[in-house]
Amino acid sequence: MLRILTAILTVAAALLFPSVAGAAGAFFALAEIAPGVFAHQGETALMTRDNLGGIANLGAIVGEDAIAVIDTGGSLIQGRAFLAALREKSQKPIRYVINTHAHPDHVFGNAAFAGPGVTFVGHKNLPRALAARGEHYVAAFRATMGDALDGVTIVPPTLTVAESLALDLGGREIELVAWRTAHSEADLTVLDRKTGTLFAGDLLFLQHVPVVDGSLLGFLDVADRLAAIKAERVVPGHGPMVAPWPKALDDERAYLSHLTADLRAAIRKGESVREAAGTAGNEEKSKWRLFEDYNARNATAGFAELEWESP
Amino acid sequence: MPMNLRAAAIGVLLAAFATTALAENAPDPWPGLVTDLFQGREIAKADGTISLEAPTRAEDAAIVPMTLRFSDPAKVKVATLVIDQNPMPMAASFTLGDKAGVDFIETRVRVNSYTNVHAVAETRDGALVAEAKFVKASGGCSAPAGKDPDEARANMGKMKYREFRSAVAGRREAQIMIRHPNNSGLQMDQITRTYTPAHYIDSVEVWQGDALIFRMEGGISLSEDPNFRFTYAPNGARTIRVIAHDNKGGAFKSEWPIADAS
Repeated sequence: MLRILTAILTVAAALLFPSVAGAAGAFFALAEIAPGVFAHQGETALMTRDNLGGIANLGAIVGEDAIAVIDTGGSLIQGRAFLAALREKSQKPIRYVINTHAHPDHVFGNAAFAGPGVTFVGHKNLPRALAARGEHYVAAFRATMGDALDGVTIVPPTLTVAESLALDLGGREIELVAWRTAHSEADLTVLDRKTGTLFAGDLLFLQHVPVVDGSLLGFLDVADRLAAIKAERVVPGHGPMVAPWPKALDDERAYLSHLTADLRAAIRKGESVREAAGTAGNEEKSKWRLFEDYNARNATAGFAELEWESP
Repeated sequence: MPMNLRAAAIGVLLAAFATTALAENAPDPWPGLVTDLFQGREIAKADGTISLEAPTRAEDAAIVPMTLRFSDPAKVKVATLVIDQNPMPMAASFTLGDKAGVDFIETRVRVNSYTNVHAVAETRDGALVAEAKFVKASGGCSAPAGKDPDEARANMGKMKYREFRSAVAGRREAQIMIRHPNNSGLQMDQITRTYTPAHYIDSVEVWQGDALIFRMEGGISLSEDPNFRFTYAPNGARTIRVIAHDNKGGAFKSEWPIADAS
């Protein structure tokens, strides 16, 4: 009886959930947004089995000698699809895999790129962040992603950036900058000097409401500093795959400023964290997607941060 | 796929999931917690002696506000907040001063998974009464405690005191905030396979002059930077004094003048 039931379940599962590996040949669009600079646009959504965790924007920069990959996607399947799409564009060796921070949608595809000659690069805090959070992330996303998470392993960087670092891809230098705690505790940006293309990671959200998992005040401060970077265009962590620079920062700065001002006012009035989380930032609601998923969370964490401001 | 086959397949799968779900949810920790935390004593259902305000869904699982309210502050001796499914369920136990007149205490906790939360009052005549709420959350405890661990370490032990206009005449409302990472000891380092040692505030006493307002004993379920907002009946003391300890022997003290104390 047990065997029959197992057989039925296996058939049923196969019917209901066509193998994710089959879906992996999954179409993966990679566009050349500037000479030798490629980007992929993620869905503006939460990570699910259906989208294979493919919600973040990813990129690659191809030099004369080597390639640098920027973020690897939200699953091993997506990482492999990215690698396959990139191989259609260039056969040069992938020398660097750069993670812009520790969040699952940016690092879960790392293992697809691991191998001899490949150096993983990240913010000086990235090893610590992955150590503290990696296992939790893999366990937590199992519930929503199921077998789309198979094979995901946490691959920490072996080359870290304390302030800034230039990497030479052959006739092409890219500049990595490590930022103070902002969107997260390990945010890194990548600038391709040759084309003036900035990969901002999740220091820039477009359309997808910004997520504060580090420091609200830090995020505001870094957004201001980013504006000084000389670039033509930017690839944000979420939203359209490319946008004009620095205009692309406007919406995010407005959101973070409104949220901060509302929280400060609520704290001054003596509101509780729960009262404030229900209202702070709400005037921004119509401008963003996934607002319901993240705004109250941003407000809760932001309240606990701003409460320590004087007096 | 033919629709009827698909429907049948879904039926079989749902049945399988239902069984799994039941099996996973079957052990309700509460009876065991009643034995461990309350020596198996009988606990009466909520009658207003203590009430619990908890969000139905935690926005940030690492910072979940919980409020304990007391309809007759003089009646309650100890109020305990229990997060049933957390690794260390006893989040905080508040012993209230005899004449402290505390009619609410709000604090913030971590919530690790979908769980019942119990607020249990022990009355001065020795009876127990409880109210429970269900909270949806995930990842508060094993998820990283700190959004910025460097800052948390650098500021450890700093305190802040605020006063508010109380909604109740004759009472004062105040807030005590303590910088502390309150590390849970549950975060495994994926590379070294070791856990960050638990380091958390395990007791806080709040005094007005020489009279206790409350003494809290707590554990890793309290959020980073433990935070208490409460009312009390003023006794004429001119200062509020706080003594906090952590599980590694850290002691943190602060004292503030009470505004317009008479």
